[in-house]
Amino acid sequence: MATQKEVLIDPIFNNNPIALQVLGICSALAVTINMATTLVMCLAVIFVTTMSNLSVSLLRNRIPTNIRIIVQMTIIASLVIVVDETLKAFAYDISKSLSVFVGLIITNCIVMGRAEAFAMQNGPFLSAMDGFGNALGYSVVLIGVALVREPLGSGTLLGYEILPTVANGGWYLPNGMLLLAPSAFFIIGFFIWAIRAWKTDQVEEPEYEIAPNAQYKEAM
Amino acid sequence: MGLRSVLDDLAPHFEKDGKLQSLYPLYEAIDTALYTPGQITAGGSHIRDNLNLKRIMITVWFCAFIPVFVGSYFVGFNANEAMQAMGQTSLEGWRGFFINGLVSYDPTSVWDCVMHGMAYFVPLYVVVFVTGILAELWFASKRGHEINEGYFVTSILFTLTLPPSIPLWMAAVGVVFGVVVAKEVFGGTGKNFLNPALTGRAFLYFAYPAQMSGDAVWVAVDGYTKATPLGNAAIGEAYGVEWTQAFLGIMPGSLGETSTLAILIAGALLCATRIASWRVMAGVFLGMTLTASLFNMIPSSNPMFAMPFYWHLVLGGFAFGAIFMATDPVSAAMTDTGRWYYGILIGFMCVLIRVVNPAFPEGMMLAILFGNLFAPLMDHFVVQSNIKRRLARG
Repeated sequence: MATQKEVLIDPIFNNNPIALQVLGICSALAVTINMATTLVMCLAVIFVTTMSNLSVSLLRNRIPTNIRIIVQMTIIASLVIVVDETLKAFAYDISKSLSVFVGLIITNCIVMGRAEAFAMQNGPFLSAMDGFGNALGYSVVLIGVALVREPLGSGTLLGYEILPTVANGGWYLPNGMLLLAPSAFFIIGFFIWAIRAWKTDQVEEPEYEIAPNAQYKEAM
Repeated sequence: MGLRSVLDDLAPHFEKDGKLQSLYPLYEAIDTALYTPGQITAGGSHIRDNLNLKRIMITVWFCAFIPVFVGSYFVGFNANEAMQAMGQTSLEGWRGFFINGLVSYDPTSVWDCVMHGMAYFVPLYVVVFVTGILAELWFASKRGHEINEGYFVTSILFTLTLPPSIPLWMAAVGVVFGVVVAKEVFGGTGKNFLNPALTGRAFLYFAYPAQMSGDAVWVAVDGYTKATPLGNAAIGEAYGVEWTQAFLGIMPGSLGETSTLAILIAGALLCATRIASWRVMAGVFLGMTLTASLFNMIPSSNPMFAMPFYWHLVLGGFAFGAIFMATDPVSAAMTDTGRWYYGILIGFMCVLIRVVNPAFPEGMMLAILFGNLFAPLMDHFVVQSNIKRRLARG
């Protein structure tokens, strides 16, 4: 049995949902253009994943196996609606800029994946920890991506100017590529590269090896 | 064999357990550039030619110097004409420091034009070459693979696709992105599925659109704006040049793309030496001609629909892309039939993007990158159909 600490800490770097399991990429591309929306998105995902894992785990012995996906879906959808309505009530501007992506947390593979893979087999406390840990792993990557995209793409961080742009009389020429969604692919790629350079056990086996060149005398 | 013995004396320092072991790729590159490598392929190899990658790449590099000189002439010519129109007689800044004494900025003098163009090409090429080779050397020494002459080609082709007045740091960023993300990440030369030079250019195109497109960047004189004929055509204005002028290269544009004539001469050399695939070039031309003719038949308010194929050929980067970029032996299709389909796809996509996408007046770069993605798939189907045909033959 995994300990509580492992369940909480492992998903951050050792078994990161985005970097190793490659889940939840879509929202990582869409919301990381600036830090404020990213942080709100991370909080929303942390809340939804933790609570859905907790609820699914509490109900796990009552859920008929045949319809378990539907039940999980209903729980997650209810939680997402709560988050969405709360954002609309208290942070309308951010809710506007997150647009459909709050609603799309329902389809975020991490939430469903953890409910199905972990919460269905484990106790409520451990499941809540697992949900929290995985959402943290997701948040680490998102915040990392936003930390590159917002300063280099528009010269600001959380709305404060940190690299004075040419348009405002400074020296920094914003990189327009980082305002486009595909740039997040590159940044996530570099992030995965960095993690695997640090934790080499995550590196996959090469599919084939190329034979080295032979010297003349070996070939003749 | 004085040189050989100097190299042999140096060899122990670079080999395993030598002091400069991490710089072995650099030693290897210089050694094999001067002498035939001492290594050969063993096992089931299929020898078709005594050319190796090094000789192939160097030939392309030499051929690229035709557009370099002709392109520099036209960059200088455009700039000199603009300076004359604006009443400037000397160039300010560090470029002027180097060439003010040598030239008088007269657009009718070949020397003045070539030198003025070179004042833009040479610094750009030096910066691109040095930063790119450093990125490549770093990966080569970390990963233990060789520095490849492919980089000579990547660097010069990348430089030729840039507007003359692009800031030097920007070119450096672009080439490092191209080398690292398009090539080294996948394991180095021979394993990249995208053309590194075009990937670097695409990065700059999306990252810094104001410095890579628009009216202000094509003529290398501050404060002088002149749209490319392709840019004019996209908004329905007169092209601003005669067809013969466009064919010769008397129009604003990227460093190497303007003169279709020079590019075709280089292309003829590449075909004659069988370095580049004529099938790819013919396929691109065929795809472009068919698609353009098809659009010509459709009545539309979009002026690009009416552009005939012979204008598509001479404007923008079409010729340069077809001859130098699409034929990249690594990222193009490898089978003969595949090369035809690959070329046709690129020609088709180029015209499609130019004509129906209002956001991009030029489509060649994106068309070639798109073609690169499909090249392995085409090869796969060609190989599969060959296997099936032979099985059916019994």
